[in-house]
Amino acid sequence: MGAIRTEELLLNVGPQHPSTHGVFRIIVKLDGEIITEATPVMGYLHRGTEKLAENLNFTQIIPYTDRMDYVSAMTNNYVLCHAVEKMMGLEVPERAEFLRLIVMEMQRVASHLVWWGTYLLDIGAMSPFLFAFRDRETIVQLFNELSGARLTYNYMRVGGVKWDAPPGWLDKVRAFIPYMEKKIEEYDRLVSGNEIFLSRIQGIGRYDAETAIRYGLSGANLRCTGVQWDLRRNEPYSLYDRFEFDVPVGKNGDCYDRYLLRLEEIRQSLRILRQALEQMPEGGETMGKVPRAIRPPAGESYVAIESPRGEIGCHIVSKGKAEPYRLKFRRPSFVNLQILPKLLVGETMTNLITILGGIDIVVGEVDA
Amino acid sequence: MSEHQEDTKDVTSRETGEVEKKAEGEASEAADKADGKVIEADKADSEAPVDKVQSEAAQVGVKAEGEAPAPASEGAASEATAAEAEREAKRQAAAEARAARAAAKAAAEAGGAEGGAPAPAAPAERPARAPRAAAGAAADAAPAAPKEPSPLQPQLDAAAALVRELVDVDAIEEAYVNELGSHMPTLVIRPPYLRRTAELFHAHEALGCSYLRNVSGVDYETHMEVVYHLVNMASGQRYALKARADRSDPVLDSVTPVWETANWNEREIYDLLGIHFKGHPDLRRIMMPDDWIGHPLRKDYEPLDPEV
Amino acid sequence: MEFNLDWITQEERQELERNVFLGTLEQVKAWARSNSLWPLTFGLACCAIEMMGTGASHYDLDRFGVMFRTSPRQADVMIVSGTVTKKMGPLLRRLYDQMPEPKWVIAMGSCATAGGPYVKSYAVIKGVDQIVPVDVYIPGCPPSPAALIYGINKLQHKIRYEAKTGKQVT
Repeated sequence: MGAIRTEELLLNVGPQHPSTHGVFRIIVKLDGEIITEATPVMGYLHRGTEKLAENLNFTQIIPYTDRMDYVSAMTNNYVLCHAVEKMMGLEVPERAEFLRLIVMEMQRVASHLVWWGTYLLDIGAMSPFLFAFRDRETIVQLFNELSGARLTYNYMRVGGVKWDAPPGWLDKVRAFIPYMEKKIEEYDRLVSGNEIFLSRIQGIGRYDAETAIRYGLSGANLRCTGVQWDLRRNEPYSLYDRFEFDVPVGKNGDCYDRYLLRLEEIRQSLRILRQALEQMPEGGETMGKVPRAIRPPAGESYVAIESPRGEIGCHIVSKGKAEPYRLKFRRPSFVNLQILPKLLVGETMTNLITILGGIDIVVGEVDA
Repeated sequence: MSEHQEDTKDVTSRETGEVEKKAEGEASEAADKADGKVIEADKADSEAPVDKVQSEAAQVGVKAEGEAPAPASEGAASEATAAEAEREAKRQAAAEARAARAAAKAAAEAGGAEGGAPAPAAPAERPARAPRAAAGAAADAAPAAPKEPSPLQPQLDAAAALVRELVDVDAIEEAYVNELGSHMPTLVIRPPYLRRTAELFHAHEALGCSYLRNVSGVDYETHMEVVYHLVNMASGQRYALKARADRSDPVLDSVTPVWETANWNEREIYDLLGIHFKGHPDLRRIMMPDDWIGHPLRKDYEPLDPEV
Repeated sequence: MEFNLDWITQEERQELERNVFLGTLEQVKAWARSNSLWPLTFGLACCAIEMMGTGASHYDLDRFGVMFRTSPRQADVMIVSGTVTKKMGPLLRRLYDQMPEPKWVIAMGSCATAGGPYVKSYAVIKGVDQIVPVDVYIPGCPPSPAALIYGINKLQHKIRYEAKTGKQVT
């Protein structure tokens, strides 16, 4: 018998696919089950936020930032408000800053829960998705009480926050923290030792620190290789320098490390939340002294903060008007995704989903 | 400091009008002597309150040294010719503005703070912008307190010196510390030297910027600019490199061989702004469909299908 | 067709009314279809997260018979949740064409309804009804899970109504 004739198969993964976390397409050249080349194609959710921003004043751009990284909208709000405040030299009152920090850390927990649930759903486990969304539901309902919306909060303003927390809200957050800490331990026990899970995820998608830095990765993708770079520590913003928290760092640079890192980040976020709730001032202004027309002086500025996905940055070029001349967002998912073609060469199709999920992308942010 | 003096003079002049009238008298005299041309009144000058205009009209040709009561009576007398006085006053105001500007320039050249202070006081009361600008210039020119250099100026100077030494003497077009952007040392690099400067920033141990954080393209209507934000992870030092390209045919070197992260960023800039990057491994559209016409983020972009 | 019901006693009649259902075959089909709507997972943007939240445990969609199917060949309804860009438009149409009849479309969120906050953007299709015929529009940005459930219920009513009366609701 002669050898079986084989051909290279060009397979299209997405844009409509249960596991691509949104509309994202990968054109994959397969040799049997092994990937020889992978080309990501994006832009299926490019909505032109940056162009729209050139005609809107800063308060009007805040809702658009929500919709960019829709799983972690509070951090997006913060990066824009923080950038404008730094440019204008505005001071944010302490209670407002505490509120911002609390919602950002809660948002980090919620975002990592969504990631955890959908990642495990992609890998094949159905129940963690339901657990994660049940806990996320608690957080999202707290946010609903605070800001009026479940997903796109539009809560922060240049100079502070829109409203103060309603009475009793902070107590609910206080009650939530021990509940969540217990749940995280439960989820860790449920999944992290599972043999099937470990065999699917350990050693997959490995890269080293030098590659990570060259590709400009950030967030858990960078820290899993051992690089200590967390903007809450290295370039402190908001009130992070007042709290004690660890920045978890991995060793191997594979998907399992990223997984463990993100779970640990949830624990550290809960720790920060505990401290923040203790140190929070009782009353105070929620909005600083902000001029009626928010006009940053002419010039440019780049400000970056740590979102659950990595470094989100806001580059504003202003000509002194109420609208920015150019507003560019440095989106972490967009930059983190660049390593995907490199990681996929030589992997099997099943590992494609594992690696893609481990990078934790949100397609609204990839395309903006 | 001088601005503060200006303000207090402002307040007192509004209240009493004495010092201001004195200065105005001097200035109007100087203006009349300088040139007898009548120029159009400023729009701002017409906003001046009528009574002050009348009193100014009364000041024509009067050396108002300590003649505070006299202007008041003369002002009352000239009410009958109010309209005529107004027009006169407007002409004088414009002339004063020119004189103030000239005086400010003279003061700046002389470097004397006193020469500048009375002249700004007069136009400071008027809402005319030009004299205020001149007054501002005078105040700045009179170095009561020189602008403090940024604390990161030495870092910028060291980096600039390295670039000049190791890349080329005229590689840097401009080097400044962007104080508004939280004191970011910014270097504007001439396009031919961009790749070598990038390699220098990446490899040199004093600069050691192995992490490229952000690449943005900006469309200024006269030219296009690409900004690279770098950080040295070990020391936390930040830099911004800029490169300008002309708008009609923007071409720049790609820094993808140096920092791989620039790959998709440059593709996005190419897609949305049209800047072509030489040496990029795979320059094609990334956000828009492959057959899209035009570069959407340009300032003069018109969508071809707005009704969809 | 009139039934002669005079010979039935009152108790038997009540018993009948409780246990016997008279209707057309169309109504039976509509009852079956509306109670087991299988949507295509077509989450595009932020509304997708709300859709996932609706399918999760707190607002369960499974109790309505709604099971998310990933292949268009097995789906009844396409819930377009999120912004439809010009790049995605042709693919959306292709997926709609791949769905077998009878099929419905729910436009979830204001982006799918009319462009939403991105109505002035150069890359967004202002309303998915320019590409596919939409049955139910759900406003909101994003609509809360309760609103999505209401929209699905409305679609169920619509299916049953159209079968009962034979009229098309446009």
